[in-house]
Amino acid sequence: MAWIYRYASPATFYPVAGMLAPWFMAAAALLALAGLYIGLIAAPTDFQQGDAYRIIYLHVPAAWMSMLIYVVMAFYGVLYLAFNTRLSAMMMSALAPTGAMFTFLALWTGALWGRPTWGAFWVWDARLTSELILLFLYLGFMALHAAIDDTRRADKAAALVAIVGVVNVPIIYFSVQWWNTLHQGASVSVTASPKMASIMLTGMLVMGLAAWMYAIGAALLRVQAIIVEREAGADWLGRYLKGAKA
Amino acid sequence: MPIDGSRTGAWAGFAWGLRRDLRLAVRSIAEVLVVLGFFFVVVTLFPLGVGPDPRILQLIGAGVIWVCAMLACLMSLTRLFAADLADGTLEQMLLAEMPFGAIVCGKIGAHWLTTGWPLMLCTPLVGVQFGLDAGEVGVLLLTLALGTPVLSLIGGIMGALTLGLRGGGALLALLLLPLYVPVLIFGVGAVDSYSAGLGIEGHLSILGAELLVALVGAPLATAAAVRIAID
Repeated sequence: MAWIYRYASPATFYPVAGMLAPWFMAAAALLALAGLYIGLIAAPTDFQQGDAYRIIYLHVPAAWMSMLIYVVMAFYGVLYLAFNTRLSAMMMSALAPTGAMFTFLALWTGALWGRPTWGAFWVWDARLTSELILLFLYLGFMALHAAIDDTRRADKAAALVAIVGVVNVPIIYFSVQWWNTLHQGASVSVTASPKMASIMLTGMLVMGLAAWMYAIGAALLRVQAIIVEREAGADWLGRYLKGAKA
Repeated sequence: MPIDGSRTGAWAGFAWGLRRDLRLAVRSIAEVLVVLGFFFVVVTLFPLGVGPDPRILQLIGAGVIWVCAMLACLMSLTRLFAADLADGTLEQMLLAEMPFGAIVCGKIGAHWLTTGWPLMLCTPLVGVQFGLDAGEVGVLLLTLALGTPVLSLIGGIMGALTLGLRGGGALLALLLLPLYVPVLIFGVGAVDSYSAGLGIEGHLSILGAELLVALVGAPLATAAAVRIAID
């Protein structure tokens, strides 16, 4: 198991990231294709909402990812503060823009869904508000990291912000249970049978997996860019790029 | 125990930090009063912008006062650590025998006594501006009493993280206001609940819980943040 620790070094991880990223992106593309086929063509029209419900195939995976990515960022933050492994900090920074994008997508698609079904683009209920707070937390993370010139200090400060903000994610998740919200409660759960048609559930899960693969692929590509930025003067990078295979 | 018999425990650190920051605040009382002035000015902007209709003002009063309290706290957070960083005292505090977390607690306590507490004292006056009745002002004061310490505590973390950075005030606001939102929601919710004739215990309980969590977690996080900033 000790062999895995080699990959904590940016020099060793860089080519691995380059090799893995295309596979994750390809998987994301294929899954998205399959998911969108299931969602837009194969799944039937909803009894109550008509075809407007189909935005669920973007909205729910985006929301899942927005929360998952923040938790993973906070996890990398803990790893960085505990073990001082700079690749952890790089992964944390690599994930942030993707997470922010998914949060924005969740809010935007949610608003587009809310207009025909609730009559309002936006309501100040618990889940929407806490998801908006999550967007601000992502933006604050990125702003703080950008504002500090010294990389180590920037990483540590951003890691602390990520960890302090992670308390928001359970609030988002449980907000529909704790408050009387307009946003519907959980239709899928690990302990109960799903409350939606199985083909719709399948479409949503496939799109969720597609979003997850995309997030990993994007993070790997971005962490490569971050590694190059930070290790610009390093010997290994020069040698690697000179002898690099395309 | 040092040879001169001075005490170096956590309580001593807290008392030292508290006394020092209070003394410094009293010496430059203008800094404290300016924050209060800011609070009054911003609170006055809302009736000017929204219009003088007393029904509207009464509806938005608690929310406006709470938001302005948060903004005033934000304005005053820079003086928590900036001056000490500039003259090197912050490093000395890190090196002191007294636990740094305790000293930070003292500083945050002094910050609350010079920001949150005066805000609370001014609230009845501002409440009259918005036409809030005595009961509503009373509940508002209760929520401020529970909530403003949380603002100071969490503000300490972010104030330490943004020490000496450019883009300071706006960055601090972006980092801090999302974390202030739960306090705001339950603080104003309590007053609204009171106005509607419902109970306020739930809201106050959650505010109290937030205070307890902040009391336990924030000094540790602030100390960590200062160490990150000073390095």
